[in-house]
Amino acid sequence: MSLLAPNSQVCSWTQSLDNPASLATYVAHGGYQALRRIVTEQMPGDTIIAELKTSALRGRGGAGFPTGLKWSFMPRAFPGDKYIVCNSDEGEPGTFKDRDILRYNPHQLIEGMAIAGYVLGARVGYNYIHGEIFDCYDIFERALNEAREAGFLGDKLFDTDFCFQLHAHLGYGAYICGEETALLESIEGKKGQPRFKPPFPASFGLYGKPTTINNTETLASVPWIMQHGGQAFLELGKPNNGGPKLFSVSGHVNKPGNYEVPLGTPFSELLAMAGGVRSGHKLKAVIPGGSSAPVLTGEIMMDCTMDFDSIAKAGSMLGSGAVIVMDETVCMVRALERLSYFYFEESCGQCTPCREGTGWMYRVIHRIEHGQGRADDLDLLNSVASRIGGHTICALGDAAAMPVQSFLKHYGHEFEHHIEHKRCMDGTGQ
Amino acid sequence: MANPDSNSLQLSAESLALIDMEIAKYPADQKQSAVMGALRIAQSERGWLKPELIEYVADYLEMPAIAAYEVATFYNMYDTQPAGRHKITLCTNLPCMLLGAGELGNYLKQKLGVEFGETTEDGRFTLKEGECMGACGDAPLCLHNNHVMHSYLTPEKVDELLDKLK
Repeated sequence: MSLLAPNSQVCSWTQSLDNPASLATYVAHGGYQALRRIVTEQMPGDTIIAELKTSALRGRGGAGFPTGLKWSFMPRAFPGDKYIVCNSDEGEPGTFKDRDILRYNPHQLIEGMAIAGYVLGARVGYNYIHGEIFDCYDIFERALNEAREAGFLGDKLFDTDFCFQLHAHLGYGAYICGEETALLESIEGKKGQPRFKPPFPASFGLYGKPTTINNTETLASVPWIMQHGGQAFLELGKPNNGGPKLFSVSGHVNKPGNYEVPLGTPFSELLAMAGGVRSGHKLKAVIPGGSSAPVLTGEIMMDCTMDFDSIAKAGSMLGSGAVIVMDETVCMVRALERLSYFYFEESCGQCTPCREGTGWMYRVIHRIEHGQGRADDLDLLNSVASRIGGHTICALGDAAAMPVQSFLKHYGHEFEHHIEHKRCMDGTGQ
Repeated sequence: MANPDSNSLQLSAESLALIDMEIAKYPADQKQSAVMGALRIAQSERGWLKPELIEYVADYLEMPAIAAYEVATFYNMYDTQPAGRHKITLCTNLPCMLLGAGELGNYLKQKLGVEFGETTEDGRFTLKEGECMGACGDAPLCLHNNHVMHSYLTPEKVDELLDKLK
């Protein structure tokens, strides 16, 4: 495996090598060649953005927004400071893909951020890393030092006028900082409370300067695209869904872990790669894109392919590619109770519908789970959820509402059973 | 503002050097950006962030103390109450729950004789319930003193870990 050979692994190819995180390994397999070529040839930024548009690379952090288009929003010619920020703050239940890039392939991310800095006119970048993965922060800091010493970060790179500094910022326990404007507030040394948009970060971002924020996997894909061309990347996926994608498979499978497969891979194949549903059990439900994505039944999922469009058509979201698999033993009331507690705990408290509504939803689901549900509780839950979604500054409100609405839609009978019989349906809740 | 207790709160030279490295990451007029790192480093040295320590950090970064308090109380890995020598934070979120985190939580509570959020009488352990740590493929898991992750936990592994932490 190497960055030079156009194989289907864009981000995870170093994992089969010795010392995957080291600069020597990365350089020996073609690393930093794309950056060197771009900088020394003074490649126009528009050429690189056009390549990204051809690749149909869509943001890997959850929203799936086309990366080339996002980069084109940046006022690149604007004089003064501009920033490129990487969002490695993955703390959405089910998501753990960027962690593997940080610990096994940090240099590809560094190279991707340097290319972004070159295109966007940013001389400084920050990588915001989830607080709970301190070991990965350590690894990334070491990789930064290696890259500085080797002349891939710093002033006048490759004897040109291009300068790019990159730093790591460690979060310390706040899911909301994965929201891009909360993340910027956090880098500024404040509470991570999202900002109103507009203005968007491209015009008013970090320290009030033009800023582009991309996900770790997105930025790490850039060197590959510049090495092999946007068309090659597009062909690894399907139209409008370029490239492979890292899927984090967790829960009731035999081999939980990350799997990098082409977008458009059937869910059944991904499930088989993860060793299938744990031995002796049947597939019941899947959350296909992290805990904020609506849950789907096993039957619906078995007909889906893993790409933005197919999952959206089935009524959910590909999100960050975090696939939580649940077998027939799961009590869906208990599962939703735990997720609702998460959003209640992590709401930043800024918007009333979210701050109060997440508490209401958790308490109502909690009482259903504990045998104190009331006949009109399901209507109440739907009503509260619909009053949060779309009524808050950031997407955490929607993220809290969608699981509730989808669990009730697909598994409402389990909630009714709980309310009526004050216990789990037979075979679940073990 | 001068802090009357600042002498007794003086952090070690090592910690101050680490904080200075954090400060150097940000523009010269944006020292406040280093507050998350500085509070983390202060907590690592002192075990928890008492109000005077937060004020010391704020002074060091030339920022209002209230702004540093806001950060210390917003992010849940900071301890603004005394904690045991060893803080065990168990993730109980859905992917971990599916693989037995609930049972492990009960095991830990029983073994330590405390509930989530409490510290053992001898001051050795604080047990906390954590939110998603972004490592669900290694579930179930916990953090020791915020920085060391222990994965694929079983009751036996929990026993081993607790025995090791004196």
